[in-house]
Amino acid sequence: MLNSTILFYFVIQSTFIMSNEDYLKDISEIKNLMNKSSRFISLSGLSGILAGIYALIGAATAYYIVSTYSRGYLMLDGKIFYICVAILLAVAALSIITGIYLTTRKAKKNGEGIWDTSSKRLVANFITPLIVGGLYILIILDQQKYGQTGALMLIFYGLALVNASKYSIGDIRYLGYTEIVLGLICALLPGYGFWLWVLGFGVMHIVYGTIMYFKYDVK
Amino acid sequence: MSIITNINKLFDHRIRLGIMSILMVNEYADFNTLKELLGATDGNIASHVKALEKAEYIKIEKQFIGKKPNTRYSTTALGKAEFKKHINALEKLIKKQ
Repeated sequence: MLNSTILFYFVIQSTFIMSNEDYLKDISEIKNLMNKSSRFISLSGLSGILAGIYALIGAATAYYIVSTYSRGYLMLDGKIFYICVAILLAVAALSIITGIYLTTRKAKKNGEGIWDTSSKRLVANFITPLIVGGLYILIILDQQKYGQTGALMLIFYGLALVNASKYSIGDIRYLGYTEIVLGLICALLPGYGFWLWVLGFGVMHIVYGTIMYFKYDVK
Repeated sequence: MSIITNINKLFDHRIRLGIMSILMVNEYADFNTLKELLGATDGNIASHVKALEKAEYIKIEKQFIGKKPNTRYSTTALGKAEFKKHINALEKLIKKQ
């Protein structure tokens, strides 16, 4: 009789403890699925660092070319200008290719699909401000308003990051805010456009990429 | 014991809990998305979806994308409220420990 009572309590208690562990598991499963289904989290921190390095190399090359071959002035219809545009496009293309490559690698490792609902939503939300910004910059360049180009690049890129952060690692929002602030400073001080561009696209990518790398990649 | 009553029996299964979690943070999700995220078979997903629909926690919309039939799911207001209650109850139970 006593034995069966003890057994009864044991069963009750063990099922109770079991189910509490189950509840904890349930909660973490819920959190995990909510994140996985709404955010694409395999962005690689390393690709941010590399994008920053490309930007610095590109900026240094452009600076060298402009200061040696055209006495520090950038003539907007000359050959030098086209070389600078080519450098800019090369930096952008290299950054995108590196980003896609490293992100694909990380997604595979995480068992996350590379082109699923969450990554598509991320890309759509990231490129909308970028395309609008790009077209706007082309329009004002066509109207011979050159002073704000650097500022606009920083501002629209920052907005794209803030927008994308809702569908990816939330922390990229802070890089976005930083780019926007630098962009606004750049708009006030167009003379420092080059250096603010270097700070925004070069240094900040390296800083944030490193933080991301140590926070999410190294595990 | 009032907390226990808020634990919803219908959510007491990994797949059903999973479907609700996904639909809480997404406007809608289609069958294949649910399948991939939960790593379950067609039949498994279908039966749990049916159970949730029967309780009117989720709605099913059938449509065509081109010529392909596509079924997508979303939560109802009732489903959202019940799920929130369930989570609150879980949290209280864990805190009690």
